[in-house]
Amino acid sequence: MSSDPKPNHAIDLDAIRARLAQPGGRRHWQSLEQLQDTKEFRNFLENEFPSNAEGADKERDVINRRDALKVMAASAAMAGLSACTKLPTEKIVPYVRAPEEIIPGKPLFYATSMALQGVATGLLVESHMGRPTKIEGNPDHPGSLGGTDVFLQASVLGLYDPDRSQTVVFEGRISSWQAFVAEMGNLQSQVAPKGTGVRILTETVTSPTLTAQIRKLLQQFPEAKWHQYEPCGGDNAREGARLAFDKPLNTVYRFDQAKVVVSLDSDFLVSGPGHVRYAREFASRRALEGPQSEMSRLYVVESMPTSTGAMADHRLPMRTSDIQLFALHLASAVGVSVSEPDMATPLLPPGQVPQPQRLSPTVENWLTAVARDLLSNRGKSLVVAGEGQPPVVHALAHAMNEALGNSGKTVYYTEPLEANPVNQTESLRDLVNDLNKGHVKLLVILGGNPVYDAPTDFGFGFALLKAKTRVHCGLYNDETAELCNWHVPAAHYLESWGDGRAYDGTIGIVQPLIAPIYDGHTLQEVAATLTGDSGKSAHDLLREYWQSQRPEKDRAFEAFWERSLHDGLMANTALPAISAQLHPVFEREFSSTAAAASPNELELVFRPDPTILDGRFANNGWLQETPKTVTRLTWDNAAMMSPVTAAQRGLASGDYVTLRSGGHELKAGVLLVPGHADNSVTLHVGYGRRRAGSVGTGPGFNAYFLRTSSAQWVASGLQIEKTGDTYFFASVQHQYTIDFEGHPAEEESVNAFRRDLVQVATLDEFRKDPNFAKAPETTESHGLSLYPDFKYTGYAWGMSIDLNRCVGCNACVVACQSENNIAVVGKDQVMRGRAMHWIRIDTYFDGGLETPEMYFEPLPCMQCENAPCEYVCPVGATTHSPEGLNDMTYNRCVGTRYCSNNCPYKVRRFNFYLYSDYKTPSLYGLRNPNVTVRSRGVMEKCTYCVQRINAAKIRSEEENRQVRDGEIVTACQQACPAEAIIFGDINDKKSRVSQLKAQSRDYVLLADLNTRPRTSYLARVRNPNPEIHE
Amino acid sequence: MPQIFHHSTNFISRMSIYGAVLILGGLALALYEIALSPWYTDQNVSREQPVPFSHRHHAGELGIDCRYCHTSVEKSSFAGLPPTQTCMSCHSQIWTNAGMLEPVRASYRDDVSLSWTRVNALPDFVYFDHSIHVNKGIGCTTCHGPIADMPLTYRAASLYMSWCLNCHRQPAEFVRPKSEVFNPYYQPPSHDHPVTAEDGTSFVDQAALGSYLVKEYKIQSLQHCSTCHR
Repeated sequence: MSSDPKPNHAIDLDAIRARLAQPGGRRHWQSLEQLQDTKEFRNFLENEFPSNAEGADKERDVINRRDALKVMAASAAMAGLSACTKLPTEKIVPYVRAPEEIIPGKPLFYATSMALQGVATGLLVESHMGRPTKIEGNPDHPGSLGGTDVFLQASVLGLYDPDRSQTVVFEGRISSWQAFVAEMGNLQSQVAPKGTGVRILTETVTSPTLTAQIRKLLQQFPEAKWHQYEPCGGDNAREGARLAFDKPLNTVYRFDQAKVVVSLDSDFLVSGPGHVRYAREFASRRALEGPQSEMSRLYVVESMPTSTGAMADHRLPMRTSDIQLFALHLASAVGVSVSEPDMATPLLPPGQVPQPQRLSPTVENWLTAVARDLLSNRGKSLVVAGEGQPPVVHALAHAMNEALGNSGKTVYYTEPLEANPVNQTESLRDLVNDLNKGHVKLLVILGGNPVYDAPTDFGFGFALLKAKTRVHCGLYNDETAELCNWHVPAAHYLESWGDGRAYDGTIGIVQPLIAPIYDGHTLQEVAATLTGDSGKSAHDLLREYWQSQRPEKDRAFEAFWERSLHDGLMANTALPAISAQLHPVFEREFSSTAAAASPNELELVFRPDPTILDGRFANNGWLQETPKTVTRLTWDNAAMMSPVTAAQRGLASGDYVTLRSGGHELKAGVLLVPGHADNSVTLHVGYGRRRAGSVGTGPGFNAYFLRTSSAQWVASGLQIEKTGDTYFFASVQHQYTIDFEGHPAEEESVNAFRRDLVQVATLDEFRKDPNFAKAPETTESHGLSLYPDFKYTGYAWGMSIDLNRCVGCNACVVACQSENNIAVVGKDQVMRGRAMHWIRIDTYFDGGLETPEMYFEPLPCMQCENAPCEYVCPVGATTHSPEGLNDMTYNRCVGTRYCSNNCPYKVRRFNFYLYSDYKTPSLYGLRNPNVTVRSRGVMEKCTYCVQRINAAKIRSEEENRQVRDGEIVTACQQACPAEAIIFGDINDKKSRVSQLKAQSRDYVLLADLNTRPRTSYLARVRNPNPEIHE
Repeated sequence: MPQIFHHSTNFISRMSIYGAVLILGGLALALYEIALSPWYTDQNVSREQPVPFSHRHHAGELGIDCRYCHTSVEKSSFAGLPPTQTCMSCHSQIWTNAGMLEPVRASYRDDVSLSWTRVNALPDFVYFDHSIHVNKGIGCTTCHGPIADMPLTYRAASLYMSWCLNCHRQPAEFVRPKSEVFNPYYQPPSHDHPVTAEDGTSFVDQAALGSYLVKEYKIQSLQHCSTCHR
């Protein structure tokens, strides 16, 4: 933020609308900056490397003539000298006793699981000589099926994070595990026999072992209490199930069975339990083999545009607090018996003046059409409520699924995943009350950071200090650790033994890939110090627990154990579906729930951040730099609102404002988001950390300051006031815009080729014209080149990206970063357009500012057969391989950047500074040894993971066969939960990629340039409801 | 106007020009020679090691197979350096008191690795793979030289890219039957020493053997950058 004297110009909506209404204009747009044609946008459009991005640190740019000459002279001298270095003498240090299985140079893969908010997802982790380097999904695990998400992909960086807590700390001084164990023994005898004043605070726990330990503790100390708290946990879902079924249940969806899906503010494709699996299931119903294929239809009602919203065939922007009313009407329309009084005076707390609670006519029509669609697909439809919605909406969704006969078909219920499903907000409230009363003698916090993320009205930090002895076990010495007497570094999950349940209850095993790098201990080991099992390792605790639980004994157990470790899960442990009866008094509950805000009131919506979640990943540079879905914002959160709402209040993107809500205030930057509901402001939590580490401390605004226990997801009555300052965001939305305007078409015929970069049709249009995506004229482009055509006789690598499947979750972006040792550059460099991601997810909008359709387009290097980059390289650093790859030889590159200038797709990335961290020892272990770590002054780009191609080719050559289809999987393809990316040999007509490229939806970007890209796209097909006119 | 310079200056200027060319040329030649010299490439320079291990003794006189120690050469990019345990499998029985072997015993006893000096090192941006080479009939000695005749190991080739490409451009000149890959005394076929391929065909010159094996082993002449750089 800076006190820029120049005020931000409020957005001119009329001008934008006029521009959008222009006939003959390009249909799709990427950002408001583009629509307004701002100077900054022009700067990024026309210059591959804009030098003075607005808001970037100007200090770094200042260089005077004298310095320039010095640098030039020094460079010339160094350039000559650097060629004369001798290779340094290297050492080889073999094992003393070689472990079994390890073949130096060959990676090993181990199955493990990562639990996030209690839900475990199965993984296969690549290990090089004992160093975990890359996370992949476990194809056998029901929660993954081989797919991953950004958090799973980036978790390996968390392991090597140099800021992780490294030692046991007592009263701010370095202590030891032994001292801690001794102290726990002392405390234990002090609180014995009843354990008065002992409190355990955990995050959501699904681990059977940890549960058993805590239960044992509670048995030993009958007066001890167990609390659970997670800032973005599943309270609403739990309470919703309790409301509908009288007991907390776990809801499992089956999107592969659903023809019509209605999401009530649920971002089920990228968040919540089972989202990796759901993305796969959902995508399977969206894939089209040909014009005859059927596809599902998705309706989304939400305030802030999400991945799921972008995938919707119909998306209705609606204030979060209004969705309740919508759900009530929808429920009534699909036959849930919602009694008349509820409809007339719905959702108002006693004493509030009833207002006419009718839906607007457009929404009414929309709702009627949706209801009809649902009713005509009984048993094949699905209504999903989002975590941000109050329990009543969850209950209504359950009731609708019951009424539509979906239960048991597209949705089923199981016992809860959590061992102890409590209302976590109330659980924490109890703890805070006890703390304030001085009842707590010993508080053990196992994971979590409540000082940072507890509701602001709890004053958790102050309450915490009233406990006599406070113990914190966590990955970081964070805000909570600071206020505790004891801090024990937690072992990362890649260093731990443990277990956890998947979204369907399957028990996954957490298996360490590496011994704890620091003095880390698992939660189980810390819990064991309280139960008198302090001598036992996490492995023994886990094994003993399962030995006592499983029916298999002795050798049968050994076999079972081996099998489970190998598979990473215990087979057939998914929780069985149970029949759930709707609660009979369910209907009456509606009227007692919270109110909808009055129409013109601003609401403030809290959401977990798409990349750093509730703040736990704040110190993860990969996640900080991952552009968030739709906004493409990095390194920040923002007060996000619709352009109309902003215009009404005279606000523009970058205004630094004061947000006042519920008696608390927070300063934040404003970001306009097309498609956001009006009169609603969304704020992602997780930023504004004070003690996260060198990466996470600082960026963004701490939304938890505004979040109260009574309004955890949405607060009404938000007030916004301009401060007059400007805040600069690092959003990549308008960077790398592919430039049409810079290449004016000289003839009409060329214009015919100038196709939109993202090709979209409705299902009907597609059936009428299956070739809609193809360029209208297939002029013979061969022979236009001065060079003779190259015959690709061997393998010819190609990629097909299905825009119908891509959910824009960014898993590919982080996977690519992990696989290819891509550096993190920081906010300042991102603002200058220097983010290094080799694959980006371009986001396009179509239509007006209020309800635009949104499309994701993942964009790796196109691997053009006529690659413009190759012709201009003066040193032959980028050349063409006989298999059709644009090879990039880093050691040859001298950094002229001509190639990048000449790349129409803007996929090349340049190391302006020494972005790769060569200095931090802990990061050495992170790197993929099969990919060069690039230095300063070197161009880099996607190579279709050539290291994986070479490895597979060598394997096949040694076995004297061809590379099998599907044997080479690029990192982006492997990470994709939706199977949107398929790679293979296009000379093999039977390969999956050839078949996809043979589909009528196949098209390439900028076909008129005759670059002949190897990466092609399958056009997006929407399946709108003909009854809805937008 | 009188001449400013005396006639003799012509000679000086001529000499200066020729001299400059000569000096610059000489300098360039010197640099070139330095770049190719063993001082710079470490070619033929044996390195000091913690234990003066002799390939001549082990691989030559005793005839221990290369793969006894370099276990992963057929499976992995890295040929593998033996763990101390491998040394001790024999040296716990023979030469148990040899002073020369004290570092090996100390390593085994104290569980501290031996730290060998790398002899054949490539820059980090080169991704060489042993397994594909030995599986395609490129013998150890083709690159590592007369290993069975090295009392102390030295680098037998410059390991320059030009040296790599020399073979990649014409693999037929260097390939040998797979059965001979680990034979440290292998000689290319000649009239006196014909070489027999796996199917029994006998060859008396490398050209014939090479072109036969290139076809038989489906050897490709890979020269594009991403073969080794990525």
